[in-house]
Order: sequence, then C-alpha cells, then structure tokens
Amino acid sequence: MSDAPIPDDLKPLIALEKVSLSFSGRPVLSEVSFSVSRGEIVTLIGPNGAGKSTVMRIALGLQEPDKGCVRRAPGISIGYMPQKITIEDILPLSTRDFLMLRPGTTLAHVEAVMDLVRISHVGASPVQRVSGGEMQRVLMARALLGEPDLIVLDEPVQGVDIAGQEELYKLIGKIRREKNCGVLMISHDLHMVMAGTDKVVCLNRHICCSGAPENIQDHPEYHALLKGQPEGIALYTHNHDHTHDSQGNVISAHKSGQIHGTGQGHKSGCDHD
Amino acid sequence: MELAKVISLDVTMIDGFILNAIMAGIFVALAAGPLGCFLVWRKMAYFGDTISHSALMGVGLGIALGTGSPWVIMVTCALVSGALLLLQRGGKFSSDTLLGILAHSALSIGLIIIALQESLRQDLMFFLIGDILAIDTGGIFDIGIMSIVALGGLFYIWKPLLSLTVHEDLARVEGVNVLKVKIIYMLLIALLVAFAMQVIGALLITSLMIIPAAAARNFSRSPLHMVFYSMILGSISVIMGIMMSSIWDLPAGPAIVLSAFILFLAGRIVPRRFRA
Repeated sequence: MSDAPIPDDLKPLIALEKVSLSFSGRPVLSEVSFSVSRGEIVTLIGPNGAGKSTVMRIALGLQEPDKGCVRRAPGISIGYMPQKITIEDILPLSTRDFLMLRPGTTLAHVEAVMDLVRISHVGASPVQRVSGGEMQRVLMARALLGEPDLIVLDEPVQGVDIAGQEELYKLIGKIRREKNCGVLMISHDLHMVMAGTDKVVCLNRHICCSGAPENIQDHPEYHALLKGQPEGIALYTHNHDHTHDSQGNVISAHKSGQIHGTGQGHKSGCDHD
Repeated sequence: MELAKVISLDVTMIDGFILNAIMAGIFVALAAGPLGCFLVWRKMAYFGDTISHSALMGVGLGIALGTGSPWVIMVTCALVSGALLLLQRGGKFSSDTLLGILAHSALSIGLIIIALQESLRQDLMFFLIGDILAIDTGGIFDIGIMSIVALGGLFYIWKPLLSLTVHEDLARVEGVNVLKVKIIYMLLIALLVAFAMQVIGALLITSLMIIPAAAARNFSRSPLHMVFYSMILGSISVIMGIMMSSIWDLPAGPAIVLSAFILFLAGRIVPRRFRA
C-alpha cells in the first residue's frame, strides 16, 4: 500500500503471497494472495472445489504451498475451528474435557468461554452426544480459548438453523470487536456474510475478485457468481464469464486484465513490506 | 474333595514362582492398559500387532548377535515404527496396508533368522506366548522399571497425545508437536513390547493392551477413568489367568488373555445402571 514503514498493529497477522499448489500435477490454487489484519473479518467464498479449505490449510500451516509464501506475524496465537470433527464413541470425553485439551487453558477460562457461546448446559455431556448446532458452538469455543490473535473458522454455521446462524455471526463480530483479533472464515452464506465482513475474497482456484462487500457487489465476477439466483438465496453456481482450461488457467473472453485487474481498490495483494 | 486338594496345594505354591508371575504380570498390565487405551482410541489396534511382530525380528537379531537383551528388541520395534512413519508420508497406501506389510515382513524376517539358529528351533513357542512362570526376581525388577518408565512417559505426553487423538490438525494448529508426541508414544509401546516378551510373548501382548482397554469403556466417563479401569481389569486378568494356569495346568499367557476376554464379555452384559 505505502512505502512508509507500517506500525506493528497495522501489519497483517497473516499474509499469503502468490501461493500456488497442485496435487499430483492438477493445479488446485494459483497465485493466491490476501491478508488478514487485526480487527478485520475476511471471508473466503467460492464454489465447491474452489480450494477454500486448501487455502485455509495453507494459512494454518497444515499444508505447504508449492510456490509462494505465508507470512505470519511472529508469536501470534491462532484459534482454529475445523469444519467438522468425528470423535470415536470408544473415547469417553465430555464437552468440558474436549475444551480442556486446548494447551495452556484453565477450567475457569473454559467455563467462561462455554458461557459466552452458551453451551454451559452440555459441559458434562459426552461430546459425541451434542447436537449439530451445539457442536458448532463447542468447536467455536475451542477456537476462542487461549486468547487467539487470529481466529480461523471453516464454515462456522454449518448445520445451524437460520436464527442460530445470525447469532453465531453476531458473536463472531462481537468477539472481533472485544478482542480486536483477526478473523478468517470460509462461508457459504453470502448474504449473512456480506453484512458482517470487512473483506470478501472470491476464490475459484485463483482469486476472482476481492474487496469490501459493498465494492465487491458491483464487481462483474461477483455478479457472475450469483447470476440467475433469486435475491436472498445464495446458491453457488459459479457461472463465469471466463472458463478454465485443464490446467486451471483462465481462458477469458475478455482480456484478463478487465476482469482480474479491475477494482484495484478491492483487489488484495502483498500490501506490506 | 478333589478340588479342595488342588486348591490347598495351590495355596502352598503361591509364595514362590506364582507370586513372581503375578507381580511381573501386573507390572505389564499396568503399562499395557493405558498404552492400549490410546491404541483403541486411535483405531490403531493393528499397530500393536505390527510392533509385537517386529519384536520377533528383534528376538531373532538378538540371538544372531548373541544377546537376549530386550534393548535389541526395543530398537528393532522402534525402527519398524520409524519405517511406518516414513512410509505414511508418501500417502499412497493406507495405514492398515502399510501395517500389514511391515508386520508380516518383520515376522518373516524374524522367523527366518530364528530358524537359522540350530539350537533354538524348539523354543519358538516361548517367544510367541512367553513363560510368565519362569520369571525371576531380576526379571520382575526390570519389568517394574519398564512399567514405571512407560507410565511416566505416557503421563508426560498425556494431554498432547489425547489432543491429537481427537483431532490431529486442531492439535497441530494449537501448537502440539505432533511428530514428537507420536514418536514418544511409539517408543513407549516398543519398550512395553520388548520387556513383556518373556511375560506374555509376541502374539499375546497386543491383547493385553486392547482387551482391558475395551472392557473398561463401559464403566468410564472420562479418558482418565478408562485408563484407570483398564489397569485394574488388566491386573485382574493376570491374577485370574495365573490362577487358572496353576489350577488346570494351562499355558499362562493364553489363560491371561482368556481371562481378559471373559471380563470384556462380562462388561458387555452388566446392567445399564452400573455403566458410566
């Protein structure tokens, strides 16, 4: 963004720079760059198979990219909420015990976080017996333990009813305000996301477009993403105005610059030194 | 009358090798239960088999090197575990395939090396099912130390190991050194198997890890409960098995495993209100 030195507070907590990855010759991601700063909510959207989860795994350090780099601010603590979790019945584990597994946490802290996400009533229940919606809260509670600087949420409202979804998104917003942490999440619920997000990254193996929700709504690729969808329903058919060849490269009817280069204000890059 | 005679005979024998056998067996059970809980939680029962099969290769190598030291067995088991970790990284074969390959390859190598030693051909059974009644005081001491080290090691990695058992990625993101914890766990299993060889043998040690742990599940409300009950049930199996062995002149190792199995079945049919 600027050449002047950036104070530590404004440096991104995490930045992906031109990250590319292929699995046995098949490109999964090409030149994906974006960053998450303190106090910022960044949402990854995109159709199935777009590589959202892979981007998240790279951001978390669970997967090494072939090319490009991931910069994490030194010493940050990350809270991670996986998409779903299967715990074998052979393991007797209460919800409270599950949360206590977070390194460095205390029972008092666990109780406080369970209260915050309103799951105190299932604290003693076997974690395998908790309902789908409650499980999402349990996983969110686990992510919130240990005072994370960055919270990474993989489809946080999956399996939660509409009212519960809104509540969870509000909770994410509230935590962001109170703890001033960064949030990176994957979501399918476009409309809910739009309200509470600072930056949206549309991904389909590459970054189609990214920026503030109000800017991105004017973006041709965003419209392409939602083309033919009735207002208020965010189903994903990723009807592109360009196509991808077998290598995942963009074959565009337009000059690619018109699509990928427009909206500079909301295109994310390596915006730090 | 006949039975009373047998039992009174047995009582006089209790202060002797039977007592030694019970002590050695309990030491093994105390370490095997907790380590076995993680095997069943991690769905790695077959890993126990692979390690105990490798132990036979260790026995063979030890004989070839002219030593009966358990350390040769332990190092062999550790190397096979290391090979497993390396092969898993390739990702082409599933773990159970790799375990099958390693288990039977190690077993075959072991059997070939043992077969090449002329003098030992008849004693193969000893390595397969052990001979708990032949343990002397020195052996008990070694096994006791092994048991303490194994339990201490497990205590040291308890929380991170449990965390990665529940969800490996989550544990990794939260700062658990997954590889280190897995290696320590594998070494503890190798240690147990190496020292339990003369007590219960390569073929039966896995069952002393798996069965008491599984039997403990019904009574347990937390991981710690299950570990605790597995130790108790394992110890009861040892005592029952050795008693059965001395009363009916059964091979002790299989009698211990049979006792554990009976306890497991009994645990399945306890009324619901006694369950956790």
